[in-house]
Amino acid sequence: MIAEELVPNSESEVCEAVMAAGAAASCLHIRGGGTRHAMANAEGKRLSISGLNGITLYEPAELVLSAQAGTPVARIEAELDSKNQRLAFEPPDYRDLLGTEGEPTIGGCVAVNASGPRRVNAGACRDGLIGVRMVTGRGEIVRSGGRVMKNVTGYDLVKLSAGAHGTLGVLTEVTFKLLPKPQTQASLVLRGLSVARAIEAMLTALRSPYEVTGAAHLPAGQGREGATYLRLEGFDFSVQHRSRELVRVLTPFGEAERLDELGSAAVWRDIRDARAFQVPPGDVVWRVSTRASQAAALAAHLSGIAKAAAFDWGGALIWLTCALDGDGGQAAIRGALRAVGGHATLARAPAEMRMRLDTFEPLPDALMNLTGKIKQAFDPQGILNPGRMYTTI
Amino acid sequence: MNALTMPVPDPTIIARRDSIVAGLRAILPGEQVITSEAERRAYETDALTAYRTLPLAVVLPKSTGEVAAVLSYLQAVKVPVVPRAAGTSLAGGALPLADSVVVGTSKLSQVLDVNFRDRTARVQAGVTNITITHAVEHGGFFYAPDPSSQLACTIAGNIGMNSGGAHCLKYGVTTNNLLGVTMVLMDGTVLEIGGEYFDSPGYDFLGLTTGSEGQFGIITEAVVRIIPKPEGARPVLLGFASSAAAGVCVAAIIAAGILPVAIEYMDKIAIEISEAFTSAGYPLDVEALLIVEVEGAEAEIALQLERIIAIARHSGAMHVREAANAVDALAIWKGRKAAFGATGRISDYICMDGTIPTGQLPNVLLRITEICSGMGLRVSNIFHAGDGNLHPLILFDVNDPNELAKAEKAGEDILKLCVEVGGCLTGEHGVGIEKRDLMRFQFEEHELVQQARIKRVFDRDWLLNPGKVFPLDLQLPEAAL
Repeated sequence: MIAEELVPNSESEVCEAVMAAGAAASCLHIRGGGTRHAMANAEGKRLSISGLNGITLYEPAELVLSAQAGTPVARIEAELDSKNQRLAFEPPDYRDLLGTEGEPTIGGCVAVNASGPRRVNAGACRDGLIGVRMVTGRGEIVRSGGRVMKNVTGYDLVKLSAGAHGTLGVLTEVTFKLLPKPQTQASLVLRGLSVARAIEAMLTALRSPYEVTGAAHLPAGQGREGATYLRLEGFDFSVQHRSRELVRVLTPFGEAERLDELGSAAVWRDIRDARAFQVPPGDVVWRVSTRASQAAALAAHLSGIAKAAAFDWGGALIWLTCALDGDGGQAAIRGALRAVGGHATLARAPAEMRMRLDTFEPLPDALMNLTGKIKQAFDPQGILNPGRMYTTI
Repeated sequence: MNALTMPVPDPTIIARRDSIVAGLRAILPGEQVITSEAERRAYETDALTAYRTLPLAVVLPKSTGEVAAVLSYLQAVKVPVVPRAAGTSLAGGALPLADSVVVGTSKLSQVLDVNFRDRTARVQAGVTNITITHAVEHGGFFYAPDPSSQLACTIAGNIGMNSGGAHCLKYGVTTNNLLGVTMVLMDGTVLEIGGEYFDSPGYDFLGLTTGSEGQFGIITEAVVRIIPKPEGARPVLLGFASSAAAGVCVAAIIAAGILPVAIEYMDKIAIEISEAFTSAGYPLDVEALLIVEVEGAEAEIALQLERIIAIARHSGAMHVREAANAVDALAIWKGRKAAFGATGRISDYICMDGTIPTGQLPNVLLRITEICSGMGLRVSNIFHAGDGNLHPLILFDVNDPNELAKAEKAGEDILKLCVEVGGCLTGEHGVGIEKRDLMRFQFEEHELVQQARIKRVFDRDWLLNPGKVFPLDLQLPEAAL
């Protein structure tokens, strides 16, 4: 276990910590809000970014916000809410799913490129991210992007650092473009559809012009009827209009029930945070990204392996629950994905199993080779989060 | 920025021209290898026409396999490669070098697959931007990024430069609408990154590659998101007595929670030039105009425009013209879309592309006018006001070398101003050769070195699109990376 935790209070202290680790030929395990499982059997020190806390720039009229990486997401959302704005990507909170404590931070969100249900319409965390500051494994402060929405000056290290799990640099500050908060939301619910019909209903809704910002299906099970949710957001008159139109488009799938603003918000919070899937404690959870049109067939194919499947992003995201034995379904899931395209990430498993399995989809040789060289370019001594993404990185 | 120099051509490569051409002919059929001077002329420049260089040869591969064979051959014989899409770069991104082979993607022009269920299209990289929309509109879809050159520019170049357009306020730029690419590295390695699904695993090579200006590899195929067409869309044209009033109006629209799909700005000179050419009916008694477009069902559009017009009047709008129908809408857009072309008819110009925080608009516009008039030059300002992406067109006479130098100096001062107020050198056109030597104004030395290290990961010998993006000394083999 890691004995020591460093808590730098400034970017320059992060540089010092990285340099010191390099000088000692040691390594650092970066801790955002501590809402994800720590590495088991890791050596070196923990580096908490909790000391880098605070909104550093917020210009509502320019739809832009910068915050130090350790700033709690909740604090940012509260600040945005007070000005009727929000982050587009709907940051999820997986503490219930993972059984962890801690507080989600904005830097942690970026490091794992965490995106909620609105990803299907408004893009991922990385799509809203327009600027980063980080301390690389060389102990240097590197900036990319900035505070303006359109910026192609130099290579896009903003995208590269999103989802790099802190293996290239310690994020110190992140900047997002924002969206106005819609005046209201509503959801349509279709009940009792099979998975295949539910996917069809979601694809039908998503290809309509009515700007569906959430499309999820929770299959029947545990005494519960299957439910398919479709979310609309915007000005009140617009949501009214589009929900009427969408009901009409969805007629072949049965009668749609309408959830008002409060009901809709509650449902989507639960979907966002994976609570709605009611995963039994102890089960292994995979997050599968694939073609929505193949989701029903894929889930059917894996029905012998997976105990349950729930669908977000119109079916392009499948949450699979597997029993805690053997490889937790890894070989079957990844094998099936090779045929249809996509990738699987191990979202939850006990430490012992995470040690044995590949958390992330193994990459083809050419991409793995480049991955190693990119890591080398940023962190030649392998100081930052070794083994966090791939054993050789 | 003035007196832009390019890397000195390697005479030993030029001396080997016949053997290099023979090597290329061994890979590609005759008509795909262009060697005559007259035909090479067509490739000597891009839309930054002040700079021209004849390449050694031009090749036009028809498949990913042919691109791979060409690149691995040119890597083996150590010949620089300049990738070329449609050649519409305003930054000199496709400018050849005298010792380079241009690899064009124009014959990779097939739409391979349209998938309405997953809302994706797979295309070869040489298809034009507008072709994608044409291929999907019968299913009620469109491809969102819409650079002004969308009739000519291709997806390969859009990915190379991470192109934007007028409508990216709502839909994002190329990187936000791309799901996968096939890319050939200089050593001939074929990479498949992403696909018809969200968020490819591992590092975001898709995001890193988008906007890398052809320096990592040559894109041969792309998978893009296609988006359901809105029920309708209509603009309103708003005229103001000052640029400051227009700026106030933009901020007030956003503060009201309205996110139009586009907010375009034109100043008086741009209006006059455009109106003289298009007769779009623009008001000539205003200092600035905004074109604000909203989408949705007819009732939604009407309500949103009503709110926008109320805000505009409150901000001092002296002229309001709401498009009543599709014909009106086209007329309003006509002047804006033709603005660059209309300017080109009356004068040579260089088009700047800095981005600034939108709050700085009035201040920056004043200073742009000061910078240009201080040098005796006229400037016309056209830009994407919602996102602060400026396009000052600096007018000059190309036959007067002194004027070009002055225009380039004014451009440089404007871009430095953009950086000073918290913005950047380029919002959507790319660095190319044009802004290469200004990169030290935006970045610290070690930050440029870090970027250059990434270039070396993909292309150890700097053979792909050399002389662009980075100051030349960082591109030397002996540069300490």
